[in-house]
Amino acid sequence: MLERAIIAGFGGQGLMFMGKLTTKIMMHEGLHVTYFPSYGAEVRGGTANCHVIVSSDEIASPVVEEADTLVTMNQPSYERFKTVLAPHGAMLANTSLIRMTDPPKAKTTLEVPATQMASDLGDVRAANMIMMGAYNAVREFVPFDNLVEQMKAAFGERKAAVWELNTRAIAAGRKFTQEQLRK
Amino acid sequence: MGQEKVLMTGNEAIGEAAIRAGVQAYYGYPITPQNELTAYMSRRMLEEGRVFIQSESELAAISMVTGSSVSGKRAMTSSSSPGISLKQEGISYMAGMELPGVIVNVMRGGPGLGNIGPAQSDYWQATRGGGHGDYRTICLAPSTVQECADLVYLAFDLADKHRNPVLVLADGRLGQMMEPVTFAHLPDAQPPEKPWALTGAKGRQPQRIVSLHLNLDELEQHNIKLGKKYAKIEKDEVRFEEIQMDDAEACIVAYGTSARVAKESLKRARQQGLKVGMIRPITLWPYPYEPVRAAADRVRFFLVPEMSLGQMIEDVRLGVEGKKPVYHTGRCGGNVSTAQEILDELHHCCQKTQTATRV
Repeated sequence: MLERAIIAGFGGQGLMFMGKLTTKIMMHEGLHVTYFPSYGAEVRGGTANCHVIVSSDEIASPVVEEADTLVTMNQPSYERFKTVLAPHGAMLANTSLIRMTDPPKAKTTLEVPATQMASDLGDVRAANMIMMGAYNAVREFVPFDNLVEQMKAAFGERKAAVWELNTRAIAAGRKFTQEQLRK
Repeated sequence: MGQEKVLMTGNEAIGEAAIRAGVQAYYGYPITPQNELTAYMSRRMLEEGRVFIQSESELAAISMVTGSSVSGKRAMTSSSSPGISLKQEGISYMAGMELPGVIVNVMRGGPGLGNIGPAQSDYWQATRGGGHGDYRTICLAPSTVQECADLVYLAFDLADKHRNPVLVLADGRLGQMMEPVTFAHLPDAQPPEKPWALTGAKGRQPQRIVSLHLNLDELEQHNIKLGKKYAKIEKDEVRFEEIQMDDAEACIVAYGTSARVAKESLKRARQQGLKVGMIRPITLWPYPYEPVRAAADRVRFFLVPEMSLGQMIEDVRLGVEGKKPVYHTGRCGGNVSTAQEILDELHHCCQKTQTATRV
């Protein structure tokens, strides 16, 4: 098992949270994991991103040089990272904010209007959990219920108010993806 | 935090391990890429009812460590490269006064303000003194988040055992990355008695701890005494890891982040039939010269990947004593070599040494 992902978008879109949640889930599955965020001056104004690696072996470098999965939430991160996607990889793009010009070669290309879907659910901030649901559906990391439990644990009791919305967002992302993959 | 694995940054793991090691006082000043450590301590030290101060400068922070240490308390400060330069005066004074203390350097690119990328370009500063005077500091180099925790915990014990400052040398990548870490094997420490500490002279004779020795012979005696202590540390405290050195024909020597990247290069080289092994120094001072010396009789060459223009390579050469070629590879300025780049360099060195043998 080896999964190397880059998750990228605007600072504030909840990508770091999504990356950390993925990392935690797979840690609990007993696998080796690393999470590496962009940090410092780079995140201001531009794109924020994180690298997540999940492996059955020890992980040498936490930096993803070739991505098995690329999750992009805005145009600049799409342009910046599309070249590092492996030809066998999966591309998940937030097509509410991305025009997929010159798309990279990929085994799976999933156009998820995540921002629009989140907005339809009542809060644009849930776009990251739409993507989380989509990502988990593509990779089949853990069952839906498990993912929801870990999302709740990550937010904690103090933010229990967002559990319900995020659960719906994960479910919507999952449903959308399953329908797309069936086509 | 119980027995289970938790996901943490290296910076946070350093903080939690220090708390378990019984640090009574933490003094810090913000600088990227070690800010999460100061932030973590600002929360956790208060929870534990211990001292946290965000000082007005780095020099103030190391001086506060000196003050806590002289009164017998476990104390710590942390920073990144430019900030560590500012602390050197205090570290020299602590070495002179034989005061324990833990200083964490989450290295970034230099010289000067450099940048916030990960680097290993403070090796010379960390292992050759850094401040003025004839002194040494123990230097520990973690290569995983778990080891960040384990070595910081160890650092407090070594500092007290030898009454000496201990440096923990991490880098921006280790500080920022998250990995599973467990603290189950790090129980709340019981720091040793410190009869030398200045605690008020109630019921005993007053004691003095100074770094000023105006009498030349007196300072010489002090220097000699320190020298004996350093010799004992060199004898007792060397730590390193050897990976697949049994049948190795080429030897990588690397520490910290470079070592974990090079481990992947080693794995790929082995798959391609190259018999490569690795020596990973865990203590940078005292340096593991012995395993390097022993390897020099068996391997064809040494490759030293570093995130600098080449600093630790000098210690490898001291160990090799000219018996075999020693090559450097690496990136600098906040960049890190990829596993493939180090692997390519291994192949290149193989070719070079083959030609040399034929000639």
